[in-house]
Amino acid sequence: MDETASITVNGEPRRVPRGISVADLALELGLEPTRVAVERNLEIVPRSTLGQVEVEDGDDYEIVTFVGGG
Amino acid sequence: MLMDEAAVKQRTLDAAIASADRWSVAGRTFTSRLIVGTGKYKSFSQNAQAVEASGAEIVTVAVRRINISDPKQPMLIDFIDPKKVTYLPNTAGCFTADEAVRTLRLAREAGGWTLVKLEVLGEAKTLYPDMRETLKATETLAGEGFEPMVYCVDDPIAARQLEEAGAVAIMPLGAPIGSGLGIQNRVTIRLIVEGAKVPVLVDAGVGTASDAAVAMELGCDGVLMNTAIAEAKDPVAMARAMKLAVEAGRIAYRAGRMGQRRYADPSSPLAGLI
Repeated sequence: MDETASITVNGEPRRVPRGISVADLALELGLEPTRVAVERNLEIVPRSTLGQVEVEDGDDYEIVTFVGGG
Repeated sequence: MLMDEAAVKQRTLDAAIASADRWSVAGRTFTSRLIVGTGKYKSFSQNAQAVEASGAEIVTVAVRRINISDPKQPMLIDFIDPKKVTYLPNTAGCFTADEAVRTLRLAREAGGWTLVKLEVLGEAKTLYPDMRETLKATETLAGEGFEPMVYCVDDPIAARQLEEAGAVAIMPLGAPIGSGLGIQNRVTIRLIVEGAKVPVLVDAGVGTASDAAVAMELGCDGVLMNTAIAEAKDPVAMARAMKLAVEAGRIAYRAGRMGQRRYADPSSPLAGLI
């Protein structure tokens, strides 16, 4: 077994250490977990559980924030 | 000294008119009837200045993927404080109910509030709403506890159906998004205003200040705009013009305009002519 998990973040493939939490993933990407919203395999990951949910091999993440729009 | 007193008196009067004429949507009360977008600005700081000048208490925002390759780039929330101005997340760019609902679920998680702007577009050329998908999304959102303010066609029947489906505000277009053509459909906008039990706001079509005044004179509760301010040569000045136009249009509507005549009617007395 590989030490890393193969995942997709915002459409791009990535490898991250196995067993990290979604909050860890955000930090690893340089993001402040309190300023983003995360969808994992089409399900929202509530902000309060970002630290508990574990990243698994094959996961597909969308990480979004607010941008200018009309 | 006398001028100062007059100015103070005027300000007090303005404040009294404004505070006596607030509007509410989904239980939240606002003084400003102008909602502004945050797209197409040259910079975040220009955007923030325009919001300030517009007096808007609600701004629309879009939900987009974070740029993973440059996560430290400045963000909208660094310039426009969501604690001071209500962020209204939109679904711009969504062409199906499913996309729109998914986007707003993420928005609710990012922002923590349920007041949202729903728009489900039918085609890129006109950006006209797809009303079948819009109605479907409104029902789903209302069922999930969202409070959707809904961009829609200027059809009084569709407006009623949206209201029944759980829309907290009806937001018909006055002309296509980003067109700046002004309010092209006064009759149907007025029909919607007369039929609706929830607030009606013109969303899209305003090009300049007089257009915003027209929307308010039709009895709309508010106006939503983005491009008219962002693409003005001086967006901050235009934001101020829009603030004044929305206020003027609202006060004119409440004042009750004069009747229209086909021929002249002199303002000076005819009696006593030399």
